[in-house]
Amino acid sequence: MSVLLSPATGRVTDFSGGVLSAQGVSAWFGSNKVLERVSLDMPAKTVTALIGPSGCGKSTFLRVLNRMHELVPSARLNGEVLLDGEDIYATGHRITATRKRIGMVFQKPNPFPAMSIADNVVSGLKLAGVKNWRSDRDWIIETSLTRAGLWKEVKDRLKEPGSALSGGQQQRLCIARSLAVEPEVLLMDEPCSALDPTSTRRVEETISEIREQVTVVIVTHNMQQAARVSQQCAFFLAEQGTPGGIVEVGDTEQIFQSPVDQRTADYVNGRFG
Amino acid sequence: MTILIDLGQTPLPDPSGVDEDRPRAIDPALPRVDRIFYAGARAVGVLVLLIMGAIGVFLGVQSIPTFKRYGLSFFTQNQWLPERDILGISAVLLGTFTVAVVALAIAFPLALSVALYISEYAVPRIKGLLVSMIDLMAAIPSIVWGLWGFFLLQPRAINLAHWLNVNLGFLPFFHVDTDPNAPVWAQSRYAASAFIAGIAVSMMVLPMAAAVMRQVFSQAPLGEREAALALGSTKWGMIRTVVLPFGRGGIIGGTMLSMGRALGETIAVVLIISPSFDIKFRPLEVGTSTVSALIAGRFGEATSAQLSALLTAGFVLFIITLIVNTLAATIVSRSRSGAVTD
Ligand SMILES: Nc1ncnc2c1ncn2[C@@H]1O[C@H](COP(=O)(O)OP(=O)(O)OP(=O)(O)O)[C@@H](O)[C@H]1O
Ligand SMILES: [Mg+2]
Repeated sequence: MSVLLSPATGRVTDFSGGVLSAQGVSAWFGSNKVLERVSLDMPAKTVTALIGPSGCGKSTFLRVLNRMHELVPSARLNGEVLLDGEDIYATGHRITATRKRIGMVFQKPNPFPAMSIADNVVSGLKLAGVKNWRSDRDWIIETSLTRAGLWKEVKDRLKEPGSALSGGQQQRLCIARSLAVEPEVLLMDEPCSALDPTSTRRVEETISEIREQVTVVIVTHNMQQAARVSQQCAFFLAEQGTPGGIVEVGDTEQIFQSPVDQRTADYVNGRFG
Repeated sequence: MTILIDLGQTPLPDPSGVDEDRPRAIDPALPRVDRIFYAGARAVGVLVLLIMGAIGVFLGVQSIPTFKRYGLSFFTQNQWLPERDILGISAVLLGTFTVAVVALAIAFPLALSVALYISEYAVPRIKGLLVSMIDLMAAIPSIVWGLWGFFLLQPRAINLAHWLNVNLGFLPFFHVDTDPNAPVWAQSRYAASAFIAGIAVSMMVLPMAAAVMRQVFSQAPLGEREAALALGSTKWGMIRTVVLPFGRGGIIGGTMLSMGRALGETIAVVLIISPSFDIKFRPLEVGTSTVSALIAGRFGEATSAQLSALLTAGFVLFIITLIVNTLAATIVSRSRSGAVTD
């Protein structure tokens, strides 16, 4: 746990990652079952990488984890997702509160284009109905952008619209925006797939830096990236005509050096997928 | 990417001028089907422009005698008394705007809520039903809306008008020149008003406004919607930060398109209002007139000089509508949502 202190108001913020655990998660789109009984523990202070060939249900799994899955009208699911031991799908759990605690960064950078960079950073606080943050606005903007590795580049142009940034900067702005609401978990769906190598590096550094404070789950197609940023790795696979599931999960090093399952070995060595 | 198409007038760059760096001619080499379609489409486009231009020129030419005879007083005079050679459109212009403003004041919030409901909240089955109902609404002939306004709406709307006058009559535009608290209130003072005509017109322009708004709302980018929701936003918060800002151009443009239509609406207005040429902005009060209602009402018995005056009134309306619609189109296409639609 690390503590940040706002110089302006003495506001104290505890950052400590949440423990996320999926238990027997199945997911459907209409009658098409795309995930079957997936269980995965995502411990705090750990970056979990989800890898696997296209269409095996990684994004679907990730979206189940913060209740974005149900935005698709035909989407159904079974199982439980426990955040610090409590099922986020249990009745009485407000969906907005859950999503605030479990943030998400998307494949395509999606800042609010009409808002300034600064407003983008604090937009989540407004949207999630956080109280009493306005007196700390400048401090929140600076710390969030710093944590996302963007502060130095934009500190003199905070009033410019978010859409004026480059793709890589936009993605880091989106990360800053997610971090500003102080989530316990951050889900990232191929956050670097639209970025150049330098921006990718920056985002990876950011991930490594925030992992003490936020539990990170990242989907990636880039094996080197998975190896670089994650401590735990889960290999997803959907064999012809069957729903997707986890073939193997373990320490990243072990998954890449000495996988147990032959299919994992084939995939991480680029032999299929 | 821009491809410069050279149509043969400019000479090709001199091949010997090696240093010269200017855009070279590119032969688009369109296949024949494309060329035929292109020419056909262009011809239709030009035809539409020609028709519009011809209407404008015709009206403009017809207006010359009137402008010569009455000059500026044509715009300032409020009476329309051809027999005494007193003609002017200030009252009918004001009436036209009054009816349109009432219509928009009612249609705008309704269209906005309907469009938001359809694009954001309705489940697919209700969505389809509502969309077709609104399309159907657009297909109802205006004479039917006029009859509806006269027979069904008016007897009820005068009670609302009376209530507004009693309770909000201190506001000038809710005032009616009669004693609102008389034991037997004068119903006829509240009938045949711009207010009632405006309600009927609002029903006519609502489908178009709602359709334009619904269209732009549904194009609000999914990525931004999901970004807002993933931050813990409520649906309404998402709509406020993503959908409404994105759709702003469509909201304004759709409203102004409706305004263009409301300004010209004729038959429903003719059926409902009783003509009056006073300069007043009291929508609830009996009597008003609009340009199109004036033309429709006086056209039959007009002498050629009066006909020119009526056509001049029509010309003014044509110009105003043209300006409003052009503004609307510009706003829609300048906005982010419009850039997607085009
Ligand atoms: N909105 C949707 N409606 C219907 N089916 C969907 C939808 N989204 C995904 N699917 C299906 O669910 C399955 C899993 O998709 P998902 O997006 O989770 O795969 P993925 O592992 O993220 O793939 P990629 O690596 O290409 O992003 C696929 O077969 C896909 O066709
Ligand atoms: Mg995916």
